[in-house]
Amino acid sequence: MILARVVGTVVATRKDPRLEGKKLLVLKPVSPEGKDEAGYVVAVDTVSAGYRERVIAVSGSSARMAEGCKDCPVDTSIVGIVDDVSMD
Amino acid sequence: MYLGRVIGRVWATVKNPALNGQRMLLVQPLTPELQNTGKRIVCTDCTGAGAGEIIYWVRGREASFPFQPAETPTDTTIVGIVDSIDLGKRAVPARRRKG
Amino acid sequence: MLIGRVVGELIATQKHPSHEGCKVLLVQPLNLDGTDRGDAVVALDAVDAGIGDRVLVATEGFSAMTAVERPQSPIDMAVIGFIDHIELIPGVS
Repeated sequence: MILARVVGTVVATRKDPRLEGKKLLVLKPVSPEGKDEAGYVVAVDTVSAGYRERVIAVSGSSARMAEGCKDCPVDTSIVGIVDDVSMD
Repeated sequence: MYLGRVIGRVWATVKNPALNGQRMLLVQPLTPELQNTGKRIVCTDCTGAGAGEIIYWVRGREASFPFQPAETPTDTTIVGIVDSIDLGKRAVPARRRKG
Repeated sequence: MLIGRVVGELIATQKHPSHEGCKVLLVQPLNLDGTDRGDAVVALDAVDAGIGDRVLVATEGFSAMTAVERPQSPIDMAVIGFIDHIELIPGVS
């Protein structure tokens, strides 16, 4: 799982039917300190995350274990909204 | 999946028994313009590809699926031989095996 | 999933039987600012995309296989949607 922040949305009308009704968000990976890291990923939202929120995203086949993503063609899903990160 | 060119072959007498009978080819990954890119890799093959041919290969657990029900310990497999590539403006004929 | 642009189409006669009857596309992954991100990849087509289309690409086996309805096949990438629009927070790229 990675820490990321929500930076955008993707609108796709014609897509795999199993993705219908799912919110697609653009995530930018962030460090635990909150700094942006390279790259981005498009993820399915399962927790009603909003713009600028820091989230936890799971990728790979585990992404489909998230509620509402069973048997969907999803390789990254948002599974949590981060309240706080603390480090020793 | 990724584009590549078969540039050689690897022989290994001593290998995991599950790889017995598998051809192992050396593949140079390519860009759509057929320029070399990235590190050369060793691929198993389910298509009968030969030296010089442009192919496409699959990465990950899916690479072992062509050999089912055998469980083959491979993470890169050639799954198609490219005849030509249409880039919109022009078609790029893939160089065919000589002879 | 990644955003990509279809840059080409592959013709391959000899291939794994699971790829038969499916368009094989060359897709250039894109950064959020629309520039190229790494090298182009080969993906099977689940939505009838063509050259120039901006698309959503699944980059994981199960997602790709089931999108083209070929389970248990050697497929790791598929085009699974057309992107109409991307909205970003100002300043992000």
